[in-house]
Amino acid sequence: MDALTVHRLHFAFTVTFHYLFPQLTMGLALLILILKTMAMRTGNEHYNRAARFWAKIFAVNFAMGVVTGIPLEFQFGTNWARFSKAAGGVIGQTLAMEGVFSFFLESSFLGAFLFGEKRLGPKAHWVSAFLVFAGSWLSGFFIVATDAWMQHPTGYRIGGHGEILLSSLWGLLLNPWLFWQYLHNMIGSVVTASFVMASVGAFYLLTRKHEESGRTFVRLGVIAGTVSTVLMAFPTGDGQVHNIVSNQPPTLAAMEGLFHTAQGAGLVIVGQPDIDNRRLDNPLTVPNALSFLTYQRWKAEVKGLDAFPPDRWPDNIPLLYYSYHIMVGLGTIFIAVMALASLNLWRGALYRSRPVLWLIMLMLPFPYIATTAGWITAEVGRQPWLVYGIMRTLEGSSPHISAGNALFTLIGFMGIYTILAILFLFLVYREIEQGPERPEGPLSPAI
Amino acid sequence: METVWFCLVAVMIAMYVVLDGFDLGAGAVHLFVARTDAERRAVLRSIGPVWDGNEVWLLAGGGTLYFAFPALYASSFSGFYLPLMMVLWLLILRGIAIEFRDHVQSLVWQPLWDGVFSLASALLAIFFGAALGNVVRGVPLDRAGTFFLPLWTDFTMGKDAGILDWYTVLIAIAALATLAVHGALWIALKTEGELELRARRIAARAWWGLAASVILITLVSFQIQPQLKASFQARPWGCVFPILALAGLVGARLMNSRLQELGAFLCSCLFILGMLTSVAFGLFPYVLPSNSDPALSLTVSNAAAPLYGLKVGLMWFIPGMLLAIGYFVYTYRSFSGKVNLDDEAPY
Repeated sequence: MDALTVHRLHFAFTVTFHYLFPQLTMGLALLILILKTMAMRTGNEHYNRAARFWAKIFAVNFAMGVVTGIPLEFQFGTNWARFSKAAGGVIGQTLAMEGVFSFFLESSFLGAFLFGEKRLGPKAHWVSAFLVFAGSWLSGFFIVATDAWMQHPTGYRIGGHGEILLSSLWGLLLNPWLFWQYLHNMIGSVVTASFVMASVGAFYLLTRKHEESGRTFVRLGVIAGTVSTVLMAFPTGDGQVHNIVSNQPPTLAAMEGLFHTAQGAGLVIVGQPDIDNRRLDNPLTVPNALSFLTYQRWKAEVKGLDAFPPDRWPDNIPLLYYSYHIMVGLGTIFIAVMALASLNLWRGALYRSRPVLWLIMLMLPFPYIATTAGWITAEVGRQPWLVYGIMRTLEGSSPHISAGNALFTLIGFMGIYTILAILFLFLVYREIEQGPERPEGPLSPAI
Repeated sequence: METVWFCLVAVMIAMYVVLDGFDLGAGAVHLFVARTDAERRAVLRSIGPVWDGNEVWLLAGGGTLYFAFPALYASSFSGFYLPLMMVLWLLILRGIAIEFRDHVQSLVWQPLWDGVFSLASALLAIFFGAALGNVVRGVPLDRAGTFFLPLWTDFTMGKDAGILDWYTVLIAIAALATLAVHGALWIALKTEGELELRARRIAARAWWGLAASVILITLVSFQIQPQLKASFQARPWGCVFPILALAGLVGARLMNSRLQELGAFLCSCLFILGMLTSVAFGLFPYVLPSNSDPALSLTVSNAAAPLYGLKVGLMWFIPGMLLAIGYFVYTYRSFSGKVNLDDEAPY
């Protein structure tokens, strides 16, 4: 393996593992805020108990997110030094803003939120929950802004020595790409949190334990999940596709497996991209649908990969194609599952319908898979560019880090993250097992 | 403008060392100072609400360094590749130890995480010290402003010095002593009874090691990095920084023996701030000196981002940091006073 491949895998592995945690905490922060609001409005202690239970799950996930997040900022310098030197003046802005504006806010009020319910009283405690939510969504904003700049650079100019200079901070923060990408990502985290909450609720109802809480979790999870899964497809998913249509046309062609430019291009439901022969094997297509979804005209021309020189093609078309189709396929299934659950909820039959509860419970891993596939689509789709159109990925890695050194640390991270994953699952399972109705014990995590 | 950001980054890093320093130091002395499970819980509770926020200074300081001095960030982070990765692993293990220790009641679980927490904290103090030593000594920068250092070679200071040589090891030991005293004074401030007495005693004993190592590293550093002497000769007003450090060092000793806990801890903060600002002042305008050819050194001017970014950065940095300081004052005030284990249990 050459060093560049290892550097890419290094970042891909650490960032993918990291994002398993924030995608839950950002969405969960919103749902906890809803629970706290319901407790305030109804005066029902039951909702406070539910909020406290999810705060425990939140705390474990948050800690995992913090410790796996620090390596990401470091890796820009350690593994991607040439990129950092060239573009640090731009993306360093958003990364530093994340630290200054959101991490300080989040870390300060998470302490108040977790430790201070009695001391603060209900109103101030609600405010602390709100500030944790605001901090985490703000943090998401700055990170997605950083990625949006790499996908579609704005607010910059190229200096005399080829370095990338910031020319407008507002251009960076109000990147047109950012709007849909941010919303798509954040609503994705609400999808994950909704499914997790509904899934834990379904588990309680199926095992006939903590049933009162189970009903609340299923209800809130299904309602939030129905809204968010639909918003995921339209308008945010649609908006994100239009970002790609206008700014990364080779990526669109590769995602859709469209090798040849076509008028009235069909939408591929399944099929295997065959790079050697530049065609899609065994396709199942909906005629003209891709043209319509892209340009709202059934016979519109959609550019295929053949319209672009191969050195502008994403370098792993099958991975891109399959990730995209997995994301879209799962997203469609999510809408169907949530619609079925909502229908049962509306008819008052959900809590007794064991097959539907089983279905909800077993959905638990799939939003994580869909989100990961979505991010692989975004990042593999950006290739062969590190900063789209101005810096290629092979120009960005650190010059003196050998493949062996990078592989050593990659394996080190894999080992540590395996241990973290085992500990995480063990602790979260214990919390779920003990349930929300456990009397508050004297023992507590320190965070 | 570069100089303004040099000062701001230096202050961010110094604040990180002062703040995360006390919880790292508390970790380093954790096993010695706290014997029973209740005592150990008290130590962890004293840093519980704040350690995560303290660590944010590292991220925010790193981010600030990144956008203000991208060339320095790129060069130093890739050059110190292996030790930085180990720092990351230690930060991960330490955070997990603090967070997960009290989730399970067992005679094995707690001592295991106490050990991880303490060892990782002590090693982090050592790594950070060695990093500082490398910056003062200089690194073999090439024409592109990059380098790569092995972990160690033969521990001498010659051309092929590794990250660890006798000088950087010396600084690492001094850093461990500094943070051990700092952390013990924090524990004395935040706890009561036997634990408080023990913390105070450990601070008093470690102080002698600290004082000896500070004298030693000060003498040696002026020999090794000629820029230090040149800076203080050119701008004698800079002597205020080492004087503050000395005042902090002596004050910590006196206040600790007079049982003025808050004063002793604040003196220790002053000492750390004084030492780090002295180093920053002494190295200026270098941000990463070269140990082979001074002309290849990274300086505030050749490592800084262009003017527009630095100017516009100031527009959001100042209000942002004022807000952050506000949160810190709020958090520290709401968790002020001695730790009481019977107090409200967090969840």
